[in-house]
Amino acid sequence: MGEPGTKEILNLADLEASGGIHTGRKHILSILVENKPGVLARVAGLFARRGFNIGSLAVGPTDDASISRITLTVDGALHPIDQVTKQLHKLVNVIKIRDLEPEETVARELALFKVSADGESRAEILQFTEIFRGKVIDVSKRSVTVEITGTDDKIEAFEQMIRPFGLIEMVRTGEIAVARGRSAT
Amino acid sequence: MRAVDAIIECLKAEGVDVVFGIPGGANLPTYDALYYGGIRHILCRHEQGAGHAAEGYAKASGRVGVALGTSGPGATNLVTPIADAMMDSVPTVFLTGQVRTELLGTDGFQEADISGITMPIVKHSFMVQDPREIPRVIHEAFHIARTGRPGPVVVDIPQDLSRADIPYEPVDSVRLPGYNPTTEGNAKQIRLAAKALANARRPVIYAGGGVVNADAARELVELATSDRFPVTCTLMGLGAFPAPHEQWLGMLGMHGTRTANYAMDEADLICAIGARFDDRITGKLSEFAPRAKFIHIDIDPAEISKNVPAHIPIVGDAKKILPKLTREYRALEADASRLDAWWQRIRGWQEKHPLRYEDSEDSEIKPQYMIEALYEATGGDAIVTSDVGQHQMWTAQYYHFKAPRRWINSGGLGTMGFGLPSALGAKVACPDETVVCVAGDGSLQMTSQELATCVSEEIPVKVFIMNNGYLGMVRQWQELFWDRRYSAVDMGTRPDWVKLAEAYGATGMRVADKSELVEAMRTALLTDGPVVVDVRVTREENCYPMIPVGEAARDMVG
Repeated sequence: MGEPGTKEILNLADLEASGGIHTGRKHILSILVENKPGVLARVAGLFARRGFNIGSLAVGPTDDASISRITLTVDGALHPIDQVTKQLHKLVNVIKIRDLEPEETVARELALFKVSADGESRAEILQFTEIFRGKVIDVSKRSVTVEITGTDDKIEAFEQMIRPFGLIEMVRTGEIAVARGRSAT
Repeated sequence: MRAVDAIIECLKAEGVDVVFGIPGGANLPTYDALYYGGIRHILCRHEQGAGHAAEGYAKASGRVGVALGTSGPGATNLVTPIADAMMDSVPTVFLTGQVRTELLGTDGFQEADISGITMPIVKHSFMVQDPREIPRVIHEAFHIARTGRPGPVVVDIPQDLSRADIPYEPVDSVRLPGYNPTTEGNAKQIRLAAKALANARRPVIYAGGGVVNADAARELVELATSDRFPVTCTLMGLGAFPAPHEQWLGMLGMHGTRTANYAMDEADLICAIGARFDDRITGKLSEFAPRAKFIHIDIDPAEISKNVPAHIPIVGDAKKILPKLTREYRALEADASRLDAWWQRIRGWQEKHPLRYEDSEDSEIKPQYMIEALYEATGGDAIVTSDVGQHQMWTAQYYHFKAPRRWINSGGLGTMGFGLPSALGAKVACPDETVVCVAGDGSLQMTSQELATCVSEEIPVKVFIMNNGYLGMVRQWQELFWDRRYSAVDMGTRPDWVKLAEAYGATGMRVADKSELVEAMRTALLTDGPVVVDVRVTREENCYPMIPVGEAARDMVG
């Protein structure tokens, strides 16, 4: 890679190759933070500064009112993960970070699908909903809204099935996750 | 008690004896408290000056430097010093005023979201939302600034909250569940490091600013002299190992000595202590120290294996780790003669490639000679600050620093204009020391207004301008890498620095004759009050040796 002071013209492939080491898999980072204003901005800003694209992000309270949990997913094929977790540790409000191993993790996401449902398609949609163990939470004359809970794969699969009927809107929470077994995440 | 009076109490409890700053609307309450507060306030002429002064104070003394600014432009003017303090790990606390809480987010007069603006360049920041938390926040700010890897902490206090009446009780502990710097160093890793040192045939100790921050210079010498380990320091580490020492290789990196860079290149073991393998050190990363294994001692775990994978990482405080490492190493009773061949090689480089320049044969002052003259005139033990550019590199090369905290410069961020205000701060911290600033004629124009501060606050710093009428380092790069197209680097001969100094009420001098230089410098040092000496040096001199951009250390030129 050239230096800013040199007149060498950089090609785009070199620029892209200079990013660091990539793990090639999706990472779910479970981050315990102090429940204080601005903490989410600090965490999100750290990813943004390194050009990271956060796949999904979920924030919520924990069993301790002074602590919140941020669960976020990052594509390790696109971004080197180790430096960013070390840098996250340096944030004063960050208490604990866990890069959850996929095999040792239970992850769930909730999604709402609003699908146009005229006439005969309605029955098919309801059938898919049942197969995916979803729930119909709203119905109108021309649409149904379905709630699906599961891994992101399952939600994506449902999306594939339902899209041909006319997907009006999809809302996803982003994954939340806990480590398998007795020990705390 | 008014919250602002509590702030003063907290500052005193933290041992603060001086603050640097400028008042404005949003921090008027703080200034009211300072009026009778018993803490010296130095009124700078620009918040950037105040920030760098706080840095100079911190770097010279090891104590936390404090700078104050009002909301909006006052705070944004502090951004450069905050970024500078982050890059060079300078323990500093920046207290900014903020608009009243009812105006927050409304684009109120002099409103700027300073905690948002500075988020990527602070160690931590606090935006006060409840006046009762102010005392705790101040103490936490100081604790974070000075412990672990030091750095800047911003405390932003809305004007109305600072006027609140709060119950004040001294705070005796901080509660920061997410902040527990590791200091001790893993015993097993330390043993491994000692063994690696004992087995190394071509070891180099590579020490950085972290050794200075840890006040571990003595411990470094102990380790180095427990055998005959060759030592090199980064720009930020200069003084951590005494320059006139037989194991000293000189500075390494882009403008380091050939000996230091060649030794890194051929080393089989590099022991990095408080250094971060910056691109100015490694040159082309893939060809950096290709035969070496790395011990990396650093208080910041994020530095370990950031640029260069460490074989033996040790996270902790150098002051605690080095004595243990020395003890472990001594116990191994390694055969000292294994280093004979290595030293022979090093001595060969030292003889063949000393730092050198071609001195003028007439009265012209070569910039390198200017630094040698300054060394002579000051007896080699002044506190020296600098701006950024060629003069900075020549000072690093030719002012052979013997002790830590004598060399104060902007290494990471490379902030032109750092020299004068940091000298001012250093002189306030160390009033009995000679404090000189080696300034560039380009850099000094970025903060020269602080001459007024020096005069009115009676801070007798001596400024020596290495005046070549150019933005010299940029010109050098244009000469070497951009076919001599000198785009926008000619600064001309203005201002007239003697007149400018006199306009501020300081003493101005000019020297253009080599034979008069040392004497003139002595005169300047003996003159009361701030002095500015305009030293006219060779216009187009290049700073060598140099690792050309993107090349390896062994390919040094000049």
